[in-house]
Amino acid sequence: MATGIKDKVAILGMGCAKFGERWNDNAEDLMVEAFIEALEDSGIEKNDIQAAWFSTAIEEQHVGKSGVPLAMALRLPFIPVTRVENYCASGSEAFRGAVYAVASGACDIALALGVEKLKDTGYGGLPQRSRGAVNDMFWANTSAPGNFAQLAAAYGAKHNVSREDMKKAMAHISIKSHDNGSKNPKAHLRNKIDEDKVMNAPMIAEPLGLFDCCGVSDGAACAIVTTPEIARSMGKKDLVTVKALQLSVSNGTEAQHNSWDGSHFITTRTAAKRAYEEAGIDKPREQVSLIEVHDCFSVTELVTMEDLHISAEGTAIQDVMNGFYDADGEIPCQIDGGLKCFGHPIGASGLRMIYEMYLQMLGRAGERQRSEPPVVGLTHNLGGFPHQNVCSVCIVGMDGA
Amino acid sequence: MVSGILSFGGYVPRLRLNRKSIADANAWFNSGLKGLAKGERSMANWDEDSVTMAVEAARDCLKGFDRGNLAALYMASTSYPFQDRQNSGIVAEALRLNSAIQTMDIAASQRAGTSGLIAALQASAGAGGPVLLASAEKRRTRAAHPLEMTSGDGAAAILVGAGDVVATVLGYHTETVDFVDHYRGQDSAYDYVWEERWIRDEGYLKIVPTAAQAMLDKAGISADAVDHFCFPAAARRVSGMIAKQLGISEDSVRDNLQANMGESGVAHPLVMLVNALEEASPGQKILVVGFGQGADALLVETTDALAKLPARTGIKGHLAMRREETNYNKFLSFNELVNAEHGLRAEVDRQTGMTTLYRNKEMILGLVGGKCTKCGTLQYPKSAVCVNPNCEEFHSQEDHSFAEMTGKMNSYTADSLTYSADPPAFYGMVQFDEGGRMMIDFADMAPDAKPDVGMPMRMMFRVKDYDGKRGFRRYFWKAAPVNAP
Repeated sequence: MATGIKDKVAILGMGCAKFGERWNDNAEDLMVEAFIEALEDSGIEKNDIQAAWFSTAIEEQHVGKSGVPLAMALRLPFIPVTRVENYCASGSEAFRGAVYAVASGACDIALALGVEKLKDTGYGGLPQRSRGAVNDMFWANTSAPGNFAQLAAAYGAKHNVSREDMKKAMAHISIKSHDNGSKNPKAHLRNKIDEDKVMNAPMIAEPLGLFDCCGVSDGAACAIVTTPEIARSMGKKDLVTVKALQLSVSNGTEAQHNSWDGSHFITTRTAAKRAYEEAGIDKPREQVSLIEVHDCFSVTELVTMEDLHISAEGTAIQDVMNGFYDADGEIPCQIDGGLKCFGHPIGASGLRMIYEMYLQMLGRAGERQRSEPPVVGLTHNLGGFPHQNVCSVCIVGMDGA
Repeated sequence: MVSGILSFGGYVPRLRLNRKSIADANAWFNSGLKGLAKGERSMANWDEDSVTMAVEAARDCLKGFDRGNLAALYMASTSYPFQDRQNSGIVAEALRLNSAIQTMDIAASQRAGTSGLIAALQASAGAGGPVLLASAEKRRTRAAHPLEMTSGDGAAAILVGAGDVVATVLGYHTETVDFVDHYRGQDSAYDYVWEERWIRDEGYLKIVPTAAQAMLDKAGISADAVDHFCFPAAARRVSGMIAKQLGISEDSVRDNLQANMGESGVAHPLVMLVNALEEASPGQKILVVGFGQGADALLVETTDALAKLPARTGIKGHLAMRREETNYNKFLSFNELVNAEHGLRAEVDRQTGMTTLYRNKEMILGLVGGKCTKCGTLQYPKSAVCVNPNCEEFHSQEDHSFAEMTGKMNSYTADSLTYSADPPAFYGMVQFDEGGRMMIDFADMAPDAKPDVGMPMRMMFRVKDYDGKRGFRRYFWKAAPVNAP
């Protein structure tokens, strides 16, 4: 009988490169930057790492395929390196690989590193690219914002929310993330914005304007994990351990079966439920103290508040407008600025979310540190489109919490 | 059994370019254009060509008819998207016709439409089933050429054969004369046109009456018995002059639709014939003439069956479904008459694998998905495992085409980021009334449209992507609002 991942693996060290438009750095430079921070934090030697998982999503824009780019960039000692890709949830996937490796007893210390170098396309936004030979013949001509924008139409129709109220709640989400990002020295976007600016910004994909969309960034993030026993034997106190690691992947129901109304994520609801069970959480609204969600677009964050079972269905707008998810609210969401402002180097994003949890729990988050360090935190990392996606939910917390 | 017209259908693109916008842009060069600056011309959207328009006209024509027993499909056009890949074959695939069908492309003269109709009538006599003629034209014209103003894009389809005909054929006649009023050589994209006064005096007014009179003589019918005279030329008053010469009453001369559509080339005599059939009462005689290196003249008489034909959109209905376009630059851009910037996102390679297309041709061209034989769930695309979470049967699906189904919009966006020749790109989830759904591109949306969830949608055959590098284009279906103006 499976017992789950809870408290079987501890984070030994984490690192994160400065996210942003790193015009003068290659992907390898970003990888090394994140790795050095994690290595120093962990207190181990590079050669103590026995296996590595490497995440990138749009590798044709930078490093190319396989685990070789990571092994070469870090000069890893001929250890196993597995490259993973699972849309924008790739970073969480690398973390899952490393954590499972340690939990299985196959190795003592494992590395998860994610990177993306996106600012070499010549234009803003994600690269326009082929979706595969058959898909190209029938998939709608979508972009990422266009796919997620549709949540607004479906959510508004289901809960009878006017276009204006929807847009205002979305604006609150983005304004909050810019406020939070302004306090984060590693964030891509550090400017504050106001409602006027959001409302009057150019339309990207109706109803998402420029400020409803996250930044497309260059960056890398990394985690070194081990068992709690080894961590303690190295003299580490205040361990952050993994409480739950869940993944849910669309099977075509949303895209092809009329049981889905388009206003929420089946995968998030499924993964969250399983993650709470794995972590032993039965009242997430009371037991989770910090969340980092996949706010690729403001509307994604909005509906995710319900999909994570924190806001009751149909009440996310109310919670958002009441400041429940603000940095000084009951459960801060995106206290580091989120994808919106910290940035979204795809392969690194899942690891970046865990990085923030780790810093906040250890009281190392600087100007943006939550006054009372969180004890249990949830990261939600999503890839693909609302109708066809991959969702990761990860819960970390203080050892014993 | 006597062969005649069994059914008819038409298609006119929703966009109508205001002719004043053309004149405003070009009259500095040719002030004569001001004289043509009245009304509007139909304008194919960026994703329409003669194949897509032929499909739409054919669908309109085949309403209420069994597609399974068609013996042949002919297409007539001088603006085929493919020089060597049978265009009627694409139409047949989109209509899901049997592979045991004769298909043929007819081309190279402005009377290809009427010649095609005569050929279809002749063929249908021993064909063992009805013959469908689909004619469509999207004429390429140079900016500031008078043809740019007088032309319009459109299509018509006529189903001929034996049975409960809505019109019997009283006679036809063809005069073949190498009269070159215009031509388009192998290496040129545009027509080269000779003086219009000569075309009128030596062409229209001599060749047409000869052909028409010969036909009337063969049929033994006097000209004054003609109730509707369809002559497609855009030139003003010419139809009336021909009618007068022949002795056809002035009231019988039909509107050439110059005010609200323009002349749709090869398709236009048939567009006018469809329009006449829409308005004719039983027992009326319709004379239709096609002109080009001679002339075809064809006389039909409507029957009582006309009133029993299922309702169709036709030319009349499509003319009413219009959206005015006043931006001439859009027309120039759609037709590659300006070297417009499309941005870096347009650079994505859109190569189509012929192997990929061939093995998925029913799914792509026929919009064929699956219907589970165990639980009845509809899904697109078809797959080896049923999508119904309560079924998930392996290999249970039979072919089911979604093309003629209607649905409702569940979610949408207007996307200004993704590359589109006509931004913003509209797309969304369409849920079909009978079951099944698809995330699909929308066609013919007004740029500022703010549709509500639940908007009724129907499917239309369109160009999905152009592969400029290789001269290929891929077709697929899009969802269009049922009720949009």
